[in-house]
Amino acid sequence: MNMNIIGKPLTRVDGRTKVAGKARYAADFNQPDQLYAVLVSATVGLGRVREIETAEVEEMPGVVSLITYRNAPKLTYLPHKGVIDPAVGERLHVLQDDTVRFYGQPVAIVVADSLDHAEHAAAALRIRYDAQRPMVDHADQQVARIVPEAGGADRSRGDADAAVAEAAVKVDEYYDMARENHNPMEPHATIAAWSGDRLTLWSKSQFLMNEQAEIAAVFGLPTENVEVICPFIGGAFGTSLRTWPHVTLSALAARHVQRPVKLVLTRKQMFFTTGHRPRSLQRVALGATPDGKLTGVVHEGTGETSRYEQFTEALTAVTDYLYSCPNVRTQYRLAQLDTGTPNHMRGPGEASGIFALESAMDELSYKLGIDPIELRRRNEPQIDEAEGKPFSSRSLMRCYELGAERFGWARRSPEPHSMRDGRLLIGMGAATATYPAFHAPSSARVRLLADGTAEIEAAASDMGPGTYTSMTQVAAEYLGLQLEQVRFRLGTTDYPPTPSHGGSWTMASVGSAIRAACLEAQSQAAQRAIADQNSPVFGVSREGVEWTEGRLRRRGDTLPGLSYRDILASAGNPIEADGFARRDPEIAEKYSMHSFGAVFAEVAIDPDVGTIRVRRVVGAYGIGRVVNPLLAKSQCTGGMIGGMGMALMERTVLDARDGRPVNAHMADYLMPVNLDMPELEALFVDEVDPHVNPLGVKGLGEIALVGTAPAIANAVFHATGKRVRKLPIQIENMLTA
Amino acid sequence: MNDKSDMAHAARPVASTDMSRRDVLALAGATASVSVIPTLLDSTAMAETAVASITVLVSFTVNDQRQQLNIDPRQSLLDVLRETLDLPGTKKGCNQGACGACTVLVDGRRIVSCLTLASMHDDAQIETIEGLEKDGELHPLQEAFVAHEGLQCGFCTSGQIMSGLGCIAEGHSGSPEEIQFWMSGNICRCGAYPGIVAAVADAAKRS
Repeated sequence: MNMNIIGKPLTRVDGRTKVAGKARYAADFNQPDQLYAVLVSATVGLGRVREIETAEVEEMPGVVSLITYRNAPKLTYLPHKGVIDPAVGERLHVLQDDTVRFYGQPVAIVVADSLDHAEHAAAALRIRYDAQRPMVDHADQQVARIVPEAGGADRSRGDADAAVAEAAVKVDEYYDMARENHNPMEPHATIAAWSGDRLTLWSKSQFLMNEQAEIAAVFGLPTENVEVICPFIGGAFGTSLRTWPHVTLSALAARHVQRPVKLVLTRKQMFFTTGHRPRSLQRVALGATPDGKLTGVVHEGTGETSRYEQFTEALTAVTDYLYSCPNVRTQYRLAQLDTGTPNHMRGPGEASGIFALESAMDELSYKLGIDPIELRRRNEPQIDEAEGKPFSSRSLMRCYELGAERFGWARRSPEPHSMRDGRLLIGMGAATATYPAFHAPSSARVRLLADGTAEIEAAASDMGPGTYTSMTQVAAEYLGLQLEQVRFRLGTTDYPPTPSHGGSWTMASVGSAIRAACLEAQSQAAQRAIADQNSPVFGVSREGVEWTEGRLRRRGDTLPGLSYRDILASAGNPIEADGFARRDPEIAEKYSMHSFGAVFAEVAIDPDVGTIRVRRVVGAYGIGRVVNPLLAKSQCTGGMIGGMGMALMERTVLDARDGRPVNAHMADYLMPVNLDMPELEALFVDEVDPHVNPLGVKGLGEIALVGTAPAIANAVFHATGKRVRKLPIQIENMLTA
Repeated sequence: MNDKSDMAHAARPVASTDMSRRDVLALAGATASVSVIPTLLDSTAMAETAVASITVLVSFTVNDQRQQLNIDPRQSLLDVLRETLDLPGTKKGCNQGACGACTVLVDGRRIVSCLTLASMHDDAQIETIEGLEKDGELHPLQEAFVAHEGLQCGFCTSGQIMSGLGCIAEGHSGSPEEIQFWMSGNICRCGAYPGIVAAVADAAKRS
């Protein structure tokens, strides 16, 4: 069956739709008779709504309804804990009381006949508050730091603190990474339309099944009464994993006015209620022998959460398994702030944690006088020492070798502040990247049609990596069809359930389910042919036939055999097969499964004004099988650009007085633009991992970003001799370079 | 000066192209209108109804189609394209003029349609992404975006392509560095910049 469609660098099957402007995102599904809703966001960071001047606004042109906690219906809010929701705490219940928990919390909705009327009325609404000063500074010593109740916050083997204290060579430093916002190009948007007690949501979501279940719970409806539709996502990076308050509010408004309602968040509101990468404060302490063997590793980190939920991420997890060391202690705490609940952002936890660990490893290499790559080689583990299990595959050192050669690491002079290009200071840095190879249970459906083509359906999403294309490749490969003969559809809860589109597990999870469905469809087609008296394989045993390139024949036969079309033509009905795949629990028990990579960065720094320019980034990754190298490389270089943002630009700044994000604007929240782009190259080592899943894929979305920021920070040190342990690195950090 | 107002009783005709942005905003504002409306209208009673429904008549060409519209003078060109003319291919990324997702060509020049009022473009020739495909054939720049993987999520793509057309027409596509500079008003959060530069360079060579 192997047609080698998996592994081909094909252009996107939905490329034409997208470049023609025909891809429809949530806000593009205008409905007949639709009204426009605009949210009013709280302008204090903590307190209560005291007074709302509703009368004037209600009489403004075009206004149909003004909804506040005073007239909003009480919502059912049945218990719902999606796998993506924090394990501890309860979601924000919107417009149910007068409490303001954080700056920007929705406090009213204006519904009007046009967007302009709704915006104008929302801007005119006057609300008075009883306000208190919120606690929003993570570094403030008064902020309560708690042990996450979900557990798993502390891990330890050996006596790490003693080992570090006694070590011949040590590094013990603190790291501070800024809060970031996802800032996808597409703002969150939902169009809600009720028909009796059935609700349809055209909504930006990375997790359709959860959005369906959550909204059903919020409104007390049977799950099947809610349909969520989202064929295209304009980037998300994690922000659309959870179902945020605006989704509930759009449905609430639509029910209130008995008309379809469209609600799109403003860019400013994208900084309020739709999650953020929490600022992290970390300490990493390393102890080593003079020849560079780690003897002790301590990694303590604190993330942020809200007062009402405990958001956790894998901040210190990589430290448990990345290097060989007998004494390792990791600790994770949460700072509870008066803020909206954070959420996962590309490479959640790992990207932040690895900045601290890989900065410390780099620092240790200089103290030891050992090349940074050699230091990692000397601490390369044979197994996952935290779990006591072998890795299903681990190609870290091969990644370093491939990347180093391509990057020209040998040209790097070991001393910091030693390389120049004219008057510019040149620095080269490297760092390890890693991310777990997850696999979540998923289902999919295959329909073989009379014309010999196939339709594939799954309630999956495509926020940009190319799910449409890669899944079409998987189906074409296993069915033995040409790419053009397969149509893959996603983006509605009417299709078979899939997990969230995040955590780098879509390819592994949905892809494996599609494979299973294809194999089941083939099996059914074979049975049909065998049962058909007019078929050349009539009466042959199931084992006596085989599929080759989409044709069924007797095993070993050289005749052309039967196509799907031949089989279906004689029997009529299409063949429909459901597939389901999940990770074998025995395999999960047996192996530690992660992707690994090595990232190299070169920076040029102007010594007079401190401007930092990334000149080159090379990343080499061991991610198992690569389904589509063209799209995979694009995803990797995109992740590197995200990592550049993390290293040098991105931070959401809060006003300490009221928690207001002061740079809630695309021009003030700095992100890499075209001119910032360096030479970028992504490489993949050949890696066969038979354990992770039937496709042998490990996932790519997260690891593409993880590791870039420390590689750049390490390059900055190499260029200047100045170690910056706070991201983003800014010009002022370079002034003393 | 043509009468572009739909207010039949207006004492003084209002041509949308003659109004400054501030005038338009003042006209539209319910509270700010006090100083403006009396000069335009015969009676106070008329003013009350007019405030609720004030519109201006604008005609322009969008993708070779003549459009004549009575629109709220506060409406951005972007909102008119998306919400009135049902052309959602042009995207609203920030509504702050900072991301470029809403880029369209107006009289051949690329502009961000979120920062310009539709009523300011009387008689203009407007081109959006929907107009590039001719007789089922993609524009070479559209093809280049697919071939060079100049997109991921696709949300910035309409703006990138319209901006790319402007970049090429301006003669700013002579080198990858020049393209990078002149395409930096269009943010791609997925980071498809290498493909975008390659696509614009490729199409520039062929045009």
